[in-house]
Amino acid sequence: MPEPLITIEGLYKVFGSKPDSVMPMVHEGRSKDDILAETGHTLGLKDINLTINKGEIFVIMGLSGSGKSTLIRHFNRLIDPTEGVIKVEDTDVMKLPPKELEHFRRHKMSMVFQRFGLMPHRTVLENVGYGLSIQGQSKAVWSAKAKEWLETVGLAGYEAQYPAQLSGGQQQRVGLARALCTDAEILLMDEAFSALDPLIRSEMQDQLIELQDTLHKTIIFITHDLDEALRIGDRIAILKDGEMVQQGTPDEILLNPANDYVEAFVKDVNRARALTVETVMKPPSRRITADTIGEALIQMKAIKGDYGYYVNDDGYQGVVTQDTLEACCDDASTSQEMDDTVWEDLPSISPDAMLESVIPETLDADYSLPVVDEEGNLKGELSKSNLAEVLGGADKKTEERI
Amino acid sequence: MAESSWLTKFPQMDRVDLLEIRKGLDSAYREFSREYGEVIESLFDPLLTFLVWFEKLLLTTPWFIVIVAVAGLVYLVSRSWKLSLGVVVSFLAIGYFGMWDNTMRTLSIITVCTLMAIGLGIPIGIVMARSDKARSVITPMLDIMQTMPAFVYLIPVVMLLGIGKIPGVIAVIIYAIPPVIRLTNLGIRLVDSEVMEAATAYGANPTQRLFGVQLPLAMPTIMAGINQTIMMALSMVVIASMIGVKGLGQPVLKSITNQYFTLGLFNGLAIVALAIIFDRVSQAYAKRTQRHMQGIENA
Ligand SMILES: Nc1ncnc2c1ncn2[C@@H]1O[C@H](COP(=O)(O)OP(=O)(O)O)[C@@H](O)[C@H]1O
Ligand SMILES: [Mg+2]
Repeated sequence: MPEPLITIEGLYKVFGSKPDSVMPMVHEGRSKDDILAETGHTLGLKDINLTINKGEIFVIMGLSGSGKSTLIRHFNRLIDPTEGVIKVEDTDVMKLPPKELEHFRRHKMSMVFQRFGLMPHRTVLENVGYGLSIQGQSKAVWSAKAKEWLETVGLAGYEAQYPAQLSGGQQQRVGLARALCTDAEILLMDEAFSALDPLIRSEMQDQLIELQDTLHKTIIFITHDLDEALRIGDRIAILKDGEMVQQGTPDEILLNPANDYVEAFVKDVNRARALTVETVMKPPSRRITADTIGEALIQMKAIKGDYGYYVNDDGYQGVVTQDTLEACCDDASTSQEMDDTVWEDLPSISPDAMLESVIPETLDADYSLPVVDEEGNLKGELSKSNLAEVLGGADKKTEERI
Repeated sequence: MAESSWLTKFPQMDRVDLLEIRKGLDSAYREFSREYGEVIESLFDPLLTFLVWFEKLLLTTPWFIVIVAVAGLVYLVSRSWKLSLGVVVSFLAIGYFGMWDNTMRTLSIITVCTLMAIGLGIPIGIVMARSDKARSVITPMLDIMQTMPAFVYLIPVVMLLGIGKIPGVIAVIIYAIPPVIRLTNLGIRLVDSEVMEAATAYGANPTQRLFGVQLPLAMPTIMAGINQTIMMALSMVVIASMIGVKGLGQPVLKSITNQYFTLGLFNGLAIVALAIIFDRVSQAYAKRTQRHMQGIENA
């Protein structure tokens, strides 16, 4: 059961000298360009509503200038909203007086920045321990802890270096270690990996996922890259010109783009790499559970096909075809028990497998492939046309999805 | 004809009125200085005491101890043998050519002026960096201070405080303080916004941000400002000598009125030597403390 941790309600942000004077226009629904042309104010965010659950990686995605950085800076109030409510658990962040806001920032959230935001005049160790030293912890405490986190991110031995002496990837590891060092529950990451080379970037993504498996933080992750969003996000929200256009799980976004903007995003994604079998399979309609060949023939008629997946108490066994069943009947009684002479082996695929990994098997097989989970339960089936539909063109075929 | 004379001649204010205004302002200020001059002067007494003490210290300490102390200080700050050696050689030459006492006087007043300019300028620069309003008020004032001929603001200072060390120090500071203010402001404003955001995001309070992030990162720029301030203070030595500040400026002034070219040249060179020493030392210091900015290898 997801437990909401952060709630944002009706959040608006207008940049400019007199934001309040522009709010009526915003509420009237005038466009960002209109407002800029008429008043010189920039509409940064418009009516954002979000709930982020404990322990999830929530990705906020959008093109450059869509308001991602503006939005994430509201969580720790690096930016104050023009209107709206930001709640973390039961704390109304907007109502915190300065001292309590500092306390909140020190203990509740930490942040990783696109250009790392490291302090060039402090050593790597001092950078990692910065959060704790700001809290007034003794040097012995923060340096020991910082050392541990440096080891965790794979930078043991770099303690005495300055940030300028490290590569981009290493610097961002320092940024990550600094964020983890305060043990804050919430991690804000503003395009944390966008400035890195593709190879380093995917390494960092892996590392983040791995860390998250043990740490179970609540992570708000900003990116402009859908592949990255799909790879690490539990849920994804898409921003356009300061407005939320869609929120949902990666599969929902991929298969059900809310509008052309999202669709344009989704179009270039390698779906085979982003979707699992489970999300595209059809429900199982060819289940044969009969004990005898006669019953099996009756079930076969009912499913209106010439083959079925045989499932008994031990789970999925193989494929049976009408032809073999009928062949059996000629020289034996229809009350003959089903046995392994009747069914043929047909490899099954796992519901969690990425589509990419099952393409060859699906194309090679004469039948649709059965989708079977670890316990042997038949969960669904995947046909060639199924695959072709999902991986094919950009036109919507989402209606067929259950 | 007479009606169109405003075309060729600027329609100026009535001479009598103008005179009245000047007289009025002058006498008002004279009144003010007669009334409050002594009070204001007494405010500066501690500074005067310190100035006198410091000058005396430099003048009464045996010359070789001064040289050793200055060279040692230069080494501590710059960690450069060459620079320290240069200091020893130039001081020996200055003494040999009979300019020791004046050099000590100038050294003492420049040191005090510089310290005061830094002590006042950096906080003002910080205020200016924190608020755009403060900046819009202070910037035009700095512009005036830097372009108004020094003689003009010498007049009210002398009227108020008379002739001597204190008005000299004030004049030098007014002239020399703008760079350190401007560059402190600039340096703080140029601090990478993401680094500042990081400090804020981790819960640093304004003091922690100022001393832990802004000032250290602005330091190279502030040092450039301090360097310029020192140079400008030294260039005021001659003008300050016109209102009674003793030192290398006075012989220069004397040589202008009496056309002693060599005397002027020697004392001028002594000022240049001081300037070069101050400049190189402050730059070496700045460079030494900012090595990590470029990475240690190539420093
Ligand atoms: N401080 C600011 N003043 C005025 N406009 C701003 C400011 N910060 C951001 N904006 C505007 O808000 C919009 C969203 O910016 P941003 O949140 O940085 O986008 P993203 O991070 O998605 O690239 C842009 O149009 C940008 O110009
Ligand atoms: Mg951004």
